[in-house]
Amino acid sequence: MSVKDYLRERYFPHMWCPGCGHGTVLNSLLRAVEALGLNKNDIVMTSGIGCSARISGYVDFHSLHTIHGRALTFATGVKFSKPELKLLVPMGDGDALAIGGNHFIHAARRNIDMTAIVMNNRIYGMTGGQFSPLSGLGKKATTAPYLTIDNDFDVVELSRAAGASFVARTTTYHALEAVDLLKRAIDHKGFSVVEILSQCPTHFGRKNKEGDAVNMLELYKANTAKIGSKALKENPALLARGIFVDENRPEYCEEYEKIIQRATGGKK
Amino acid sequence: MNKPMIKFVQGNEACVEGALYAGIDFYAGYPITPSTEVAELLAAKLPQKGGKFIQMEDEIASMCAIIGASLTGHKVMTATSGPGFSLKQEALGYACMAEIPCVVVNVQRGGPSTGNPTHVSQGDVNQARWGTHGDHSIIALTASNHQDVFAMTVDAFNLAETYRTPVILLLDEAVGHMREKLVVPEKGAIPLVDRLRTDVGKGVDYHPYLPREDGRLPMSDFGGDHRYNVTGLFHDMWGFPSNNPTVVNGLLHHLVDKIENNIQAITRYKEHFLDGAEYVLVSYGSSARSAIHLAKNRRARGERIGVLELQSLWPFPEALIRDRCRGAKAVVVVEMNMGQVMRHVKAAVDDPERVFLANRIDGKLITPTDIKKLLRVIQGMGV
Ligand SMILES: Cc1ncc(C[n+]2csc(CCOP(=O)(O)OP(=O)(O)O)c2C)c(N)n1
Ligand code: SF4
Ligand SMILES: [Mg+2]
Repeated sequence: MSVKDYLRERYFPHMWCPGCGHGTVLNSLLRAVEALGLNKNDIVMTSGIGCSARISGYVDFHSLHTIHGRALTFATGVKFSKPELKLLVPMGDGDALAIGGNHFIHAARRNIDMTAIVMNNRIYGMTGGQFSPLSGLGKKATTAPYLTIDNDFDVVELSRAAGASFVARTTTYHALEAVDLLKRAIDHKGFSVVEILSQCPTHFGRKNKEGDAVNMLELYKANTAKIGSKALKENPALLARGIFVDENRPEYCEEYEKIIQRATGGKK
Repeated sequence: MNKPMIKFVQGNEACVEGALYAGIDFYAGYPITPSTEVAELLAAKLPQKGGKFIQMEDEIASMCAIIGASLTGHKVMTATSGPGFSLKQEALGYACMAEIPCVVVNVQRGGPSTGNPTHVSQGDVNQARWGTHGDHSIIALTASNHQDVFAMTVDAFNLAETYRTPVILLLDEAVGHMREKLVVPEKGAIPLVDRLRTDVGKGVDYHPYLPREDGRLPMSDFGGDHRYNVTGLFHDMWGFPSNNPTVVNGLLHHLVDKIENNIQAITRYKEHFLDGAEYVLVSYGSSARSAIHLAKNRRARGERIGVLELQSLWPFPEALIRDRCRGAKAVVVVEMNMGQVMRHVKAAVDDPERVFLANRIDGKLITPTDIKKLLRVIQGMGV
């Protein structure tokens, strides 16, 4: 199958601004699914609300576009009721970690088998550029005209502490690396998180003088480095990319099967 | 073993028995008094039949999880009380919009806020109707005794599957926690409804949101042959977001009409001593027990008092109430709130001036004496 076979062309053109990173995430995600040879009928994509969340409309999978912040809880219902399905859960940074932060840590804690993709543009894109819990200090946003004083989360450290058994990070500049990381994450049994820094030139870029989409991509290139690379060793201030956690741990749906065995005395 | 089973149980357990009878496969919940026994019992019983129980991190998550599980083709339920019911409202509206069958039990306690967790109230009647934002319609059932809790729970599942809608089961603390006899009927005694599934074949364009002539929409399980989009945005027949005014207008009408046009089929009620009643008590839930008790006693002494017991509150059975209250000297609505149903009864009857409210809002079950006192005043017999 070609990547186009995974798209619902009926719904194009898409709603993203020119230069938005979210389209690149969609591209990487579909290439990962294609490389894994997954059957479209076995995939459910669940998303919340945000520019990022609109991704679920464009893919030819079972798709569930839900309410702001709750994508992982709908996904939990789908997965737990039908564990043979593959769950892909793309979320915006606000969606995943502001309004949805509680669900994020609990889904990670359960280690339920699904892939959470945090499309991190460090801003509320859809509502027009308010700061998010991932904006970080000293950033400009429509609700931070005097710069932010809110600390940000480190998605990797948060996911690790909450119990995610696979955690990776990359950027839209590194689209091929993203394909590889997404493949590994989707293939992983358990709760996997892939944070992808994704530029919002319309709001974050403009407000924070990071220039256009190309400029923002250049910054991703300049400000990040692969785990274990010489560049990172020489300059630890760079943001690390790659796989941070990859462990085999009991998965929630499989553990529940054991409960059913216990409850039925092995008759089921 | 397929014969009736006699049990002595709490109302919450009668609800669980009803859910199991109806074929529940999936429950998600978060503990809250006075509904917690529903979760505890299902945590034990669901895995025994290969079903799934999950304790989520809050009531929002629970509501969303059952919607997800319904989409894979399962019969789903959650249970809660006031504060949790408030949290569920946004997702409840999602289930209305996306037309996802599910059952939401609210064992009512005193509110607002944390209120009176261990005491009875019927203060969430209007919240059940309008708790979520935007125009919509909803089905809400209620029950006054354990046999009816069982039957209404089965009905809640049947109606949810029939109309592709959330159905709210409004119980209350008194019914939920009191113990009495329950006869679980043998399999097949109460008909069960399975959702309508599409017969559109693989590879043929399936329109998940194109209603048939009768207003019903055959579903396709997630994981099946048809891949489609489900959204809380206004959407076209493929489930894709649309703000086309014709689409928006059509969908909103469909969501409301599919319930309001079937009000007769949805309405559930019981009549107690209503023949020739001069005084009609309109009641529901545990309040109705006191109303029935009073009517029975007074009938024995020759007073013509009867009870119209509502078992479905939404859509509001206006025509039924108008008909049964016609000619009554007075109509007394017996409920444990500040007149939530009374106002609708007033709007329904020919002579609203003759509608009165017998209520209690102090966390105590309303008694037959409470009702009798008001009745004597109405009858001009003093306090
Ligand atoms: C309960 C609720 N609160 C607020 C909103 C408004 N809202 C829609 S999207 C959004 C934030 C989107 O930001 P993010 O999740 O980072 O996604 P992005 O648009 O940046 O991709 C907000 C606050 C909403 N839809 N629902
Ligand atoms: S507002 Fe930002 S996040 Fe939204 S589509 Fe435009 S560029 Fe992308
Ligand atoms: Mg964002």
